[in-house]
Amino acid sequence: MPFGNTHNNFKLNYKVEDEFPDLSKHNNHMAKVLTKELYGKIRDRQTPSGYTLDDVIQTGVDNPGHPFIMTVGCVAGDEESYEVFKDLLDPIISDRHGGYKPTDKHVTDLNFENLKGGDDLDPAYVLSSRVRTGRSIKGFTLPPHNSRGERRGIEKLSVEALTSLDGEFKGKYYPLKSMTDAEQDQLINDHFLFDKPVSPLLTCAGMARDWPDGRGIMHNDNKTFLVWVNEEDHLRVISMQQGGNMREVFKRFCVGLKKIEEIFKKHGHGFMWNEHLGYILTCPSNLGTGLRGGVHVKLPKLSVHAKFDEILSRLRLQKRGTGGVDTASVGGVFDISNADRLGSSEVAQVQLVVDGVKLMVEMEKKLEKGEAIDSMIPAQK
Amino acid sequence: MAGSFTRMIGGRNGAVLLASLGAGTMATGFLMSDNPLAAEVRTKLYPPSSDYPDLRKHNNCMAKALTPAIYGRLRDKITPNNWTLDQCIQTGVDNPGHPFIKTVGCVAGDEESYEAFSELFDPIIKDRHNGYDPTTMTHPTDLDASKITNGVFDDKYVLSSRVRTGRSIRGLSLPPACSRAERREVERVVVMALAGLKGDLAGRYYGLRDLTDKEQQQLIDDHFLFDKPVSPLLTCAFMARDWPDARGIWHNNEKTFLIWVNEEDHTRVISMEKGGNMKRVFGRFCRGLKQVEQLIQERGWEFMWNERLGYILTCPSNLGTGLRAGVHVRLPNLSKDIRFSKSLDNLRLQKRGTGGVDTAATGDTFDISNNDRLGKSEVELVQMLVDGVNYLIECEKKMEKGQYIKVPSPVTQYRK
Repeated sequence: MPFGNTHNNFKLNYKVEDEFPDLSKHNNHMAKVLTKELYGKIRDRQTPSGYTLDDVIQTGVDNPGHPFIMTVGCVAGDEESYEVFKDLLDPIISDRHGGYKPTDKHVTDLNFENLKGGDDLDPAYVLSSRVRTGRSIKGFTLPPHNSRGERRGIEKLSVEALTSLDGEFKGKYYPLKSMTDAEQDQLINDHFLFDKPVSPLLTCAGMARDWPDGRGIMHNDNKTFLVWVNEEDHLRVISMQQGGNMREVFKRFCVGLKKIEEIFKKHGHGFMWNEHLGYILTCPSNLGTGLRGGVHVKLPKLSVHAKFDEILSRLRLQKRGTGGVDTASVGGVFDISNADRLGSSEVAQVQLVVDGVKLMVEMEKKLEKGEAIDSMIPAQK
Repeated sequence: MAGSFTRMIGGRNGAVLLASLGAGTMATGFLMSDNPLAAEVRTKLYPPSSDYPDLRKHNNCMAKALTPAIYGRLRDKITPNNWTLDQCIQTGVDNPGHPFIKTVGCVAGDEESYEAFSELFDPIIKDRHNGYDPTTMTHPTDLDASKITNGVFDDKYVLSSRVRTGRSIRGLSLPPACSRAERREVERVVVMALAGLKGDLAGRYYGLRDLTDKEQQQLIDDHFLFDKPVSPLLTCAFMARDWPDARGIWHNNEKTFLIWVNEEDHTRVISMEKGGNMKRVFGRFCRGLKQVEQLIQERGWEFMWNERLGYILTCPSNLGTGLRAGVHVRLPNLSKDIRFSKSLDNLRLQKRGTGGVDTAATGDTFDISNNDRLGKSEVELVQMLVDGVNYLIECEKKMEKGQYIKVPSPVTQYRK
């Protein structure tokens, strides 16, 4: 909750065992790491803006486990959360991001020219390509914690920056609060509109407060570059188009992000970033690049092959249904994207998607001809 | 903890002082005045005008009452339990309006909320409770069930009778605000007291967390089990946090006296039985409440109550008696008549479906209960319900015989 939260000091009057949450039936990253001893050690801390340990973990306490995915179970309320609560967050980050150590450095590479290939994915199979990431604006607290005044400040800055873009990025901002019915229908048809979160993972973390105040969508006239303001992060930046030209999508993504960042920096509010955790976002799962680059691809035969999941795992890719996370695939079409976020660069992650999808399409073609694909199964990347 | 309050600290400076005194090493390592995110700096950066919620599309009591001027005066105030105005109103900001009922749109986090934020709560109370003015009026409490007359209804029409209220334990924060330790303390205090009930009130407690499948099924079959709230009116008010920790259900062996622990209030107390003997239901209700109160007082605790607002509960709509006395009654002819609604209005009664608030009626059976909560005593409200239901049944009987019925004259509101 906004501003100094002195409620925490009041709770210190109670013994640790009285305040420690019951996590006996829980299965998320936070529940695995948070012991009573650790809770006792860091419960008296708070960030300068007043975010406390209980704030960090509330979503994980309220959501014991997700049937399909191991959820993180905690969120950051501001940039300093990752510092003040490192005793809890570092082990969670390590667990979630493949053993990433507190001393590791994360490399950022948004030079699209470093991507090899990516413009020749077969459009008969690859229906669409998309890259998304998030950005947090320095000097503001994050969606779980910010006040209405801050959220509006973020919106104001974002609108200034986004509506000043030109060329292929020229576009318009649609605040959720004052959308006309016609605009809303159009945004729904374009699959751009985001809704008030209903997932308890988000609502229990306080991210739906004051909806739809301060929320909105900007997209360019070509409908290939889209920015969500004040949903789960300050900004979610998305580049997308039909077909398999991931190279073009990634180029637009990198160029657009750089332009936006310059404008924010000019106003004294650059993006939250550090050399250990990369880009700082609300959920620890999105640290590093915060990047999910993926395609909608037709793999009806490969997807029922016994080794499909293993292939994905070796390629460091993950599958989702075409409705996004938590959905099932429809008609053999899958959303295939990079699994990693932290510890490798943007270019490296998109490269994995490009190479991996290319390989899987070739496998699909082989299976169509009734041939075996065992020799094509890759080594662990 | 009982009866001890820290002095109310008004203003942001107090909050910052508390924070720096109690904060751990990491936080004090950050120089408060340098950091743009430090509380004291942010209050200057974000004056109340920048934080005032956009209530233009809202239709609840809070949105009507909360002017920018009031918000400006109250935003930086905190109660001794460190509860703020923004936290009180969050549910009303997040829920612009309910299609059927005018919602209140704010909750109390503790007993002191009603004092610290009286500039907002008083007009809301007046609006919601039909003109009851907390600044000038006092609320009467009367739990003497022997005063009820004609309190046994015709079983042919009344299928069941029920009285419910809530009680809060003084000194502990309310469900929107309480920490896990406070909530567990409420559970401890109440369960210990209930263990002392004897005779027809003797029973046992079922903690939600450790229910066996068999117990759960039994509670469902008895219609006793309450679920994790899904209504955004409650979830946006932080009442579902840490579910199901420290929540539970107590009921007597005869299944006629039931207490919910830590749902929307510290306790919800329910007396019920099949049939139309409202007098007996209310009698048990009063007896049970008095005994529970005695049992907690023996251990140094008491219920939240004051002369101005009666029993203090989480939602301002439940202040006063917090009492809803009602019946499930069959009115096949009357319910189809055009005069039904007006009759209910004049009798100061409301109808709900048999699933409770937000449900529609099934067939000809309605849940009929009192509208009012504050400004009249428990006995007065139950008598009004009794008189009203008797009148409705008379109308139904007349209509069965094809006789003439008339809309009753309006019942008087407040004693002068």
